Amino acid sequence: MAGHSNYVPQSAGAKWLESRLPVISLVRGSFVDFPTPKNLNYWWTFGGILFFVLIAQLITGIVLAMHYTPNTGLAFDSVEHIMRDVNFGWMLRYLHANGASMFFIAVYIHIFRGLYYGSYKAPREISWILGVIIFLIMMGTAFMGYVLPWGQMSFWGATVITNLFSAIPLVGEEIRTWLWGGFAVDNPTLNRFFSLHYLLPFMIFGVVILHVWAFHTTGNNNPSGVQPKTKQDTIPFHPYYTVKDLFAIIVFMILFAWFAFYLPNYMGHPDNYIEANPLVTPAHIVPEWYFLPFYAILRAVPDKLGGVVAMFGAIAILFVLPWLDTSKVRSGAYRPLFKQFFWIFVLDCIILGYLGAKPAEPPYVLIAQICTVYYFAHFLVILPLLGFLEKPRPLPASISEAVLKGGSGKPAAAVAASETN
Amino acid sequence: MSTMIKMVRSFAAVAAIAIATPALSAGGEVHIDRQQWSFAGPFGVFDRAQLQRGFKVYQEVCQACHGLRQVAFRNLADNGGPSFSEDAAKQIASDYTVVDGPNDDGEMYDRPAILADRFPSPFPNEQAARAANGGAYPPDFSLLAKARAAERGFPWFVFDIFTQYQETGPDYIYSLLTGYEEDPEGIEVPAGQYYNHSFLAGKFISMAPPLYDDAVEYTDGTLMTVDQYAKDVSAFMMWAAEPHLEERKKIGFRVMVFLIFFAALLYFTKKKLWRNVEH
Repeated sequence: MAGHSNYVPQSAGAKWLESRLPVISLVRGSFVDFPTPKNLNYWWTFGGILFFVLIAQLITGIVLAMHYTPNTGLAFDSVEHIMRDVNFGWMLRYLHANGASMFFIAVYIHIFRGLYYGSYKAPREISWILGVIIFLIMMGTAFMGYVLPWGQMSFWGATVITNLFSAIPLVGEEIRTWLWGGFAVDNPTLNRFFSLHYLLPFMIFGVVILHVWAFHTTGNNNPSGVQPKTKQDTIPFHPYYTVKDLFAIIVFMILFAWFAFYLPNYMGHPDNYIEANPLVTPAHIVPEWYFLPFYAILRAVPDKLGGVVAMFGAIAILFVLPWLDTSKVRSGAYRPLFKQFFWIFVLDCIILGYLGAKPAEPPYVLIAQICTVYYFAHFLVILPLLGFLEKPRPLPASISEAVLKGGSGKPAAAVAASETN
Repeated sequence: MSTMIKMVRSFAAVAAIAIATPALSAGGEVHIDRQQWSFAGPFGVFDRAQLQRGFKVYQEVCQACHGLRQVAFRNLADNGGPSFSEDAAKQIASDYTVVDGPNDDGEMYDRPAILADRFPSPFPNEQAARAANGGAYPPDFSLLAKARAAERGFPWFVFDIFTQYQETGPDYIYSLLTGYEEDPEGIEVPAGQYYNHSFLAGKFISMAPPLYDDAVEYTDGTLMTVDQYAKDVSAFMMWAAEPHLEERKKIGFRVMVFLIFFAALLYFTKKKLWRNVEH
């Protein structure tokens, strides 16, 4: 990373620091001079957007924690205290609650971008796997965060999800008791969830650094999927991508603000404004929207343990994806068949999400079962076979050629000008 | 480029459906009519007179059974609320009795409420409330307007993102208060319950019809009908549940204007910066 910088310290202070800890050249090599493929499209801005959302969640979350009380008797009222009495507390809480949803919108787009352009393929497997780990920690963090307001959905969501662990053979019951810190979801559960909800984002932050380090070592993937070959194929990260990413972040913030200020409770459930009551079960227990596809998979399997295995398997399968896809071609843009299956897969995930919000009754269960089978078939059957059956389109010789062939229609002079840059 | 447009379109559809699904909630086949509210939409503000009337309905009808424990008397004088004067709010508070203490003798004692107090609840606990109400528990009003909603269903929940329809709570409360009917033929309504076509949890509600024409006296010439009372108290409950609604929308608009302006500047900056890069 630092190797990409030709930075030479000028001032005495910079020389002093650089000879002891080369942090300036490290940052410059990673985020200033870093050679980046020049053809990254806007789907690539979601990495930067995610980093922004993570920081926003950390800041709002840390301030919220100053006013929140993790105790079953006080938690619900302390959230209302934040909403009513703390200066701009309503804003902090709405930004934080909707920020979680924004985080998942961005991460799902980011993941599907990686799936489409083959960003998981060699040599970027490690970066992909680290990404899946981030996704897992994110899910855990979001789940525990949703429990903290101690509303009805908080309590019953926590009860349903922690009960899944009792499906583990032999030690399931003990594990569930250990997770709860007692014999039901209660004060010890709320306390540890608060503690972990504060801890995990910093772990995410750490893994994000590794994630970036990994693809900065291999270089970014790009829409053409071919590796940069000459200097003409790349441009320095700053100012080109700093400005492009910042523009994308601001546009994303418009969406974020639309929800946080105008539709702050749209993505929440009304029942979570009712304080948790272990004696009253809500008519339908529904997780937050971002868990719905996995919730649908869980309920599609009639057997409890089978459902749990399928649900976690749906995420775990992403770990081995780099070795399931047999095609030598990275980018979906040059894979005519894969492209179609990719969109069917996206549709499959959306339908699963829709079914996750529906009660577990006919005809939803049957459709969920079909969609679940297709979900796994996409990874276990379609992707391995496509590599052999599909005839990919010819790959461009370089990124520059891919850009020219893309037919942006600019005159040759402009192209020549960019070559000399 | 056309694949790019196709992708954008697909992802927009994906996002719209994906983020919309949670709005589904319990409810069944009850249809709740949409009402006109002054606080709806991006520039919505509460109607002060309506909040004051709604508060009067609450005081004279609802508060015998329903608490308002999250709301403090000082909130009555807050900006963006019913905006009573501070003296009026003090006067209102002093009509309530709260328990304080212990005093120097170790005794709890009653005293008139002050601005810093929150509304005392009508029953000391849930059991007492149930005992006094034939087994039913009258819910606290503080958050009810956000804790109740009728299912919107597809595709309406997608449109709601763009129309900013967020008033399912007050719509439902209004609809419930005006939804009492004579017992329909052939339906046996259990003793102590009443038929209400808007009630989400099964048509039979334990609350007797609370509102009657002319039950609460309005001095500002507003119609004294069940319909008007229901609207006013629903609006009041929305304020109680979301006291910073006006401030939120006002700040939201400024944030939007800034972000759109900033995004436009960045767009042109980016365009100029990239003009010589074929990408």
